[in-house]
Amino acid sequence: MSQLRDWTLVDVIIIGGGIHGCSTALHLCLAGLKPVLIEKDYAGRHASGVNAGGVRQLARDVAEIPLSIRSMGIWENIADLVDDDCGFESHGQVLVAENEAELADFRARVADLNARGFTHEELIDGAELRRLVPAVAESCPGGVVSRRDGAAQPARTTAAFRRKAEQLGAIIHEGVPATNIRKDGKLWRVDVGSERYAAPALVNAAGAWAGHISAELYEGVAVETIAPMLMITSPVPHFIDPVVILRGRKLSFKQFKNGTVLIGGGHLATPYKELNETVLDWRKLAESARTVFELFAVMRSATIVRAWAGIEARMPDDIPVFGPSAVHEGLYHQFGFSAHGFQLGPGAGAVMAELIAHGGTQTPIGGLNISRFSKPTPSATA
Amino acid sequence: MSAVPKHENYDVVVIGAGPAGLAAAEMTAGFALSTLLLDENAGPGGQVWRAINSTPVKSEALLGSDYWSGAEIAKAARDSGAEIIHRATVWSLDRNLEIGVSVGGGSAFIKAKRVIIATGAQERPFPIPGWTLPGVMTAGAAQTMLKSSGLVPDCPTVLAGQGPLLWLLAAQILRLGGRIDHILDTTPRANYIAALPHAFAFFTSPYFGKGLAMMREVRAKVRVTSGVTELAASGNGKLESVTYVAGGKRETLPAELLLLHQGVVPNVNLAMAAGVEHRWNELQLCWTPVLDAFGNSSIAGIAIAGDGAGIGGAQAAVWRGRAAAGSAIKAARSNAKVSDVSPQLRRAERGRAFLDVLFQPAKQFRIPQGDTIVCRCEEITAKDVLDSVAIGATGPNQLKAYRRTGMGPCQGRLCGLTVTELMAEARGKTPQEIGYYRLRAPVKPIMLSELASLPKNDEATKAVVRG
Amino acid sequence: MTIHVEGHPITAREGDTVSAALLASGLDVRRATAVSGAKRLPYCMMGVCFDCLVTIDGVGNRQGCLVPVAEGMQIDIQKGKREIGK
Ligand SMILES: Cc1cc2nc3c(=O)[nH]c(=O)nc-3n(C[C@H](O)[C@H](O)[C@H](O)COP(=O)(O)OP(=O)(O)OC[C@H]3O[C@@H](n4cnc5c(N)ncnc54)[C@H](O)[C@@H]3O)c2cc1C
Ligand SMILES: Cc1cc2nc3c(=O)[nH]c(=O)nc-3n(C[C@H](O)[C@H](O)[C@H](O)COP(=O)(O)OP(=O)(O)OC[C@H]3O[C@@H](n4cnc5c(N)ncnc54)[C@H](O)[C@@H]3O)c2cc1C
Ligand code: FES
Repeated sequence: MSQLRDWTLVDVIIIGGGIHGCSTALHLCLAGLKPVLIEKDYAGRHASGVNAGGVRQLARDVAEIPLSIRSMGIWENIADLVDDDCGFESHGQVLVAENEAELADFRARVADLNARGFTHEELIDGAELRRLVPAVAESCPGGVVSRRDGAAQPARTTAAFRRKAEQLGAIIHEGVPATNIRKDGKLWRVDVGSERYAAPALVNAAGAWAGHISAELYEGVAVETIAPMLMITSPVPHFIDPVVILRGRKLSFKQFKNGTVLIGGGHLATPYKELNETVLDWRKLAESARTVFELFAVMRSATIVRAWAGIEARMPDDIPVFGPSAVHEGLYHQFGFSAHGFQLGPGAGAVMAELIAHGGTQTPIGGLNISRFSKPTPSATA
Repeated sequence: MSAVPKHENYDVVVIGAGPAGLAAAEMTAGFALSTLLLDENAGPGGQVWRAINSTPVKSEALLGSDYWSGAEIAKAARDSGAEIIHRATVWSLDRNLEIGVSVGGGSAFIKAKRVIIATGAQERPFPIPGWTLPGVMTAGAAQTMLKSSGLVPDCPTVLAGQGPLLWLLAAQILRLGGRIDHILDTTPRANYIAALPHAFAFFTSPYFGKGLAMMREVRAKVRVTSGVTELAASGNGKLESVTYVAGGKRETLPAELLLLHQGVVPNVNLAMAAGVEHRWNELQLCWTPVLDAFGNSSIAGIAIAGDGAGIGGAQAAVWRGRAAAGSAIKAARSNAKVSDVSPQLRRAERGRAFLDVLFQPAKQFRIPQGDTIVCRCEEITAKDVLDSVAIGATGPNQLKAYRRTGMGPCQGRLCGLTVTELMAEARGKTPQEIGYYRLRAPVKPIMLSELASLPKNDEATKAVVRG
Repeated sequence: MTIHVEGHPITAREGDTVSAALLASGLDVRRATAVSGAKRLPYCMMGVCFDCLVTIDGVGNRQGCLVPVAEGMQIDIQKGKREIGK
């Protein structure tokens, strides 16, 4: 790091202190580079600190499966990387088929994955389903399991990545947004309050705010801001190990070691991005409550202790934008994780560091490039 | 009087039927605004006039004239035309003035044009070693049992702490024939001097005469030790003794009941969950909402009245309720003739600064150390919090990445202030800089079945569910 | 009126809350916390602390200090995490 008049020159500027920004910062340090990570609030304040913690390869778009598998390998030894087990537990994730038609779809899906060489998803019959999820309704004929999947504690995980990155030499700058992002010759320049950073590489990992940044840099894509909701119950006796997902009814849930049950599934709150706030839709949460009540009699007198939502970026095709910019040299995108980017964080950071440090990666990520969106606006500054 | 709300929309929804809420609802209903008053207690009165319509303690003198003055205001509210629902817990309020309330085992959603939050105060956390032992309670808890059930202590009892309510409770217990063995007064000696500049306003306030008479009445009957600088409860599975230090001397008293009290602080949960801006109050050492003279908050349409706006006492609560009601009436009917209540409010608030300074609790009773439990729900100690600070937790929300403080059922009500001050001290920052938990609905846990609006038994769904 | 605590009948006064009736009963009504099993009794009696959680008529985690007693009520003391169906 050297002073360029009042500029601090580093190797990489990362905007956004979610799991993605923090993981990229950590892996860049491991690759011997000096990053600065700029977070307008604090690391883990948004989606990465408040998500459901699902570490899931199950039911992913084929375009992101390689990244997900890469990530899974890191999750399984997460303490080696960040000196904290992040609360990761692996009890599998189960997608429940509520009827024969759903099960037929799942069968086709698993066959397709197998044909592509992916074996993490496994079709199960009613008996195995009830062995894994004893409380499930008798009428459910089967499902799909991904046995290595599990769950971790999101805020703890993001904090652990942030901490380790800082220990390895990353500059972590919290509480002030990155503004005035621009390219000046070969260098990216960013203002952070009264401080200024310059670097040859810039990573846009700004979550729901990433669309503004890419638009400012004339590479606008349609990033929608969404706010998935979750609620958590008081402790109930242990009754379930794996994470359970019902597709048709928009429900997912998971019981933690302390007995509390996390209920989610994709219903959305109204985000107020500028205020860092969300307004919950209780009628939708009531729907989730009704589904849980119907499917799991053991939960019928549980109490809801808290509900919340997190602000997240969603792409039109529900898969992230990941990889180098289609317009600018030295600009990398890592956003739009569409409500399933927590699991991808560790692997995405590793791959991003390879892209920046070595100019390439063995992990296939072609399907995630920003160029898949028709005609990004042509650059005016590059 | 107790049913689900009759309508889905109201001009004004008042939350809390203590002095502030009763006065506000009576006034808005009196101006023919459709008014709904919701309270989670079984009857009106809030804390100060708790059980005003149902207390078994009927004698005027025993509870004092301040108590009985509530009957009139409760009656006026009842006769005002406001719809009043008791045992109705408001568990959600948002910036669009949508309200989630649970009544009678089900939940209802209603919408208001104006909301007046009058949810009052709670006792300040008093985190001393052993404060979670059975047999340790707040003084307010004892007062609640006294007012609602006529129950008073009859076992070896120690009352410890400070503030006007401590003496009021002592007087009430003694008048009803209850037992108090010893009062341990924790008022820091330095506060007497610090409070002097505010003394004039206090001496000319309504509190002065009453307060003094009550202290005399109590001191005549109970042993009082002042200048207590340390306090601990101990026992095996229940309280057995109380240890204290006064004037440098350590003493241990046998006790089966320890009543703790060091003042009251605004009940912020609902207002904060709605997004109302709060700031740290350096004098009252708690969070108070940012309000205009009529109690209007940072969120359009939401006003806060009573002790939830900052501790002012019952009389001020009544006038704050009327000020907020006046503002709501003006907003609905710009030509309505609403009288200006600011002179009365000013008079009622007189003398408060003296009490705030005199009864500012000492640091050691707000910021505990070592193995003392900070978070009762998740059983997290002061040391646990400091250890997390040492490895990177910077504020109460970041702390959740390390510890479950504030994530249990009380939702930070009994650890929030402690955690803020503890972290502020450890990090050399102000409480304002450190901040508070980001509070979320439901502000009170609700049953899953209630939310699902389903019956509590599963007869209806048995056919499709495996039991 | 009569209410039942773990099956034992006790007398309560109309207007009492469940917690007040339990404390006045003289029985050992300490609950055990879900976290460590530590013993607790009601602390605030005004709905703030949640140390009064009890099972009332089969429904768990109710704040006893906010619920008025009713004739024939069945109260169970919570011992750690609630058991299924309790
Ligand atoms: C309720 C919920 C449940 C979820 N459940 C799961 C799950 O079970 N499994 C799973 O895999 N995924 C889940 N997700 C998705 C997952 O949380 C996200 O995909 C992931 O956290 C995205 O990480 P991120 O780093 O891209 O974004 P974020 O965590 O949003 O981080 C981006 C950061 O950038 C900062 N920022 C923005 N602009 C600027 C600027 N100009 N300057 C400085 N900083 C800036 C923001 O403050 C923010 O902190 C869930 C999401 C939500 C909301
Ligand atoms: C335990 C205690 C005892 C006190 N005793 C006295 C006393 O004897 N004398 C005295 O002068 N002062 C007393 N005070 C001080 C008291 O705060 C004020 O004097 C006065 O009661 C404040 O009036 P208020 O209208 O602001 O609120 P309160 O009187 O506190 O009334 C608030 C009301 O809001 C209701 N409420 C709160 N949250 C919700 C919700 N989410 N949904 C529905 N309803 C809700 C409560 O049930 C309560 O009835 C006491 C305070 C406490 C905490
Ligand atoms: S005793 Fe504190 S909530 Fe009931």
